Amino acid sequence: MDHPTLTLEAKGGPATFVAAGHWTAAHSSSLEQLVGSLPSAGTQGQRVAIDVAGIERLDTLGAWLLERLLRHYQAQGQTPIFLGMPEHFRGLLGKLHDVNREPLSPHEGANTLIAALESVGRATVGLKGDLRCFLEMLGAIGASAAGVLFRPRSLRLTSAIHHLYRVGWQAVPIMLLITFLIGGIIAQQGIFHFRKFGADAYVVDMVGILVLREIGVLIVSIMVAGRSGSAYTAELGSMKMREEIDALRTMGLDPVQVLILPRVLALVCALPILTFLGSMAALYGGGLVAWLYGGMSPDIFIARLREAISVTHFQVGIIKAPFMALVIGIVACSEGLRVKGSAESLGLQTTTSVVKSIFLVIVLDGMFAIFFASIGM
Amino acid sequence: MLDPTQPSAISVRDLSVGFGDKTVLDRLSLEVRRGEILGLVGASGGGKSVLLRTIIGLIPRREGCIEIMGQPLDRSDPTAVHAIGRRWGILFQQGALFSSLTVRQNVQFPMRENLDISVTLLDELATAKLEMVGLSSDDGKKFPSELSGGMTKRVALARALALDPEIVFLDEPTSGLDPISAGDFDVLISTLQQTLGLTVFMVTHDLDSLHTICDRVAALADGRVVAVGPIEQLLVSEHPWVKSYFHGDRARVRASAHN
Repeated sequence: MDHPTLTLEAKGGPATFVAAGHWTAAHSSSLEQLVGSLPSAGTQGQRVAIDVAGIERLDTLGAWLLERLLRHYQAQGQTPIFLGMPEHFRGLLGKLHDVNREPLSPHEGANTLIAALESVGRATVGLKGDLRCFLEMLGAIGASAAGVLFRPRSLRLTSAIHHLYRVGWQAVPIMLLITFLIGGIIAQQGIFHFRKFGADAYVVDMVGILVLREIGVLIVSIMVAGRSGSAYTAELGSMKMREEIDALRTMGLDPVQVLILPRVLALVCALPILTFLGSMAALYGGGLVAWLYGGMSPDIFIARLREAISVTHFQVGIIKAPFMALVIGIVACSEGLRVKGSAESLGLQTTTSVVKSIFLVIVLDGMFAIFFASIGM
Repeated sequence: MLDPTQPSAISVRDLSVGFGDKTVLDRLSLEVRRGEILGLVGASGGGKSVLLRTIIGLIPRREGCIEIMGQPLDRSDPTAVHAIGRRWGILFQQGALFSSLTVRQNVQFPMRENLDISVTLLDELATAKLEMVGLSSDDGKKFPSELSGGMTKRVALARALALDPEIVFLDEPTSGLDPISAGDFDVLISTLQQTLGLTVFMVTHDLDSLHTICDRVAALADGRVVAVGPIEQLLVSEHPWVKSYFHGDRARVRASAHN
């Protein structure tokens, strides 16, 4: 007989409950029902006996439910006692007699509307902290870079080159592929729509100017934010979690100088190069589509491209690249340092880092557009 | 309570484990009896943790046979793996608490997965387990990153005990604790072992734990169990490694402090 039972035996005298069977976690749900559907046991002040002699096995769950039964009758003003308690259950029941004496705090079931408003409010106030964090990181990197200017030997050159290899050289194939495709798509769309009013020759102007001024740098920055910014955040975040950054600090080293400056520097060097390569790939893709799809021979494409674009367009694009890199680097590193102890927070900060840097890259691009328009570039 | 006809809690026979061309455990055999606390000692890097992780199935074995409660351990059968998972609890060296769950949720996790009980009872049981390992119900709201080393070990023990397992594996339970906390933890393990009737398999370097709570001690050297028995028996062992372990400088200092 394994199944737990709890039966009421009223033989004139005090009410007696007889518990028997396996009072273990294996029968958790039926046990809870047994104890949950408690019959009322007579009038006030009466003795209630719980006969536990028939229990074959008992674990913490079963013992707690017995204890709960006991407390239930105590709360009703009765005097419950255990009958026939086997010696080897005594320790466990004694242990559970002392627990759960303080009432549990109820689960916080907040109003969803208020919770939504609260999170909006917190996010708004949080913006100030974000801005401060960004400026602090900018300042720290600036100070560290100035320190390097005075003492060039303090620059972690090996580390910087290593990161340049990772975020620059290793990123080249994917950047070339993506920008090549984007250039091709822009050219195809241009030819398809411009053809309706016989202006398909102007597709070269569109591709040239769009790619060099905006698309090249923007696509590359977004890709770098997703590819390298996230890696920076995750690396610094797990170093923070494992107290590696604290270890560096206690050795008298500045984490900004050792970890962050080489990373940001690598990014600032890599992004203009990737932007240049990406722009060339996009123009190549555009030219290929113009040839294969629009029937414009490469000679004509190049000749028209020469007329359509000037060095200014190229400059506008490439000047933006290091600033984009700086923004991505600052956001990635500051989010990395904001990681707390849990795996969840590492994931959260990595997501935040990518979302925030892509957003800032686009905002910065808009501000550059206004700036260049007003100085006539 | 001990029934000689019942199979041993853990039975390891001719177990060999290695990585690449390095052999860590070489035809090792070990029996853990039901209801005892067995301490496992051995040199750092000597394969203690490898043995523990092989028994619980985290490291594949090259050859040999492992039986838990008389049942052969077979990783290829998922239902058997699930069933055995309910019968043991493991305290990892670093606690291995789920960092995105609160302490209470950590303790509730195995119960939530395996038992069909109400939220109220889950909360009560989790608090009961936490109080049994000497924490308060307020600690239940904390996250693992907010805990001290000793508290982490206690929470990990509460989680290991969540399903009332028959066997508990402890990987260096007192490492990183101050002597007072380590002593308290030993007492805690021993009390829980007696009340819950646990079998405890403990990897430890703590000579005090070996002396105070272990029923038997097994010494691991050169990939084998070179000596096993009550601590008094190991103290007089003639095996060179066991001799230097129990009669080295640190052991002598401890012994003189006790006398």
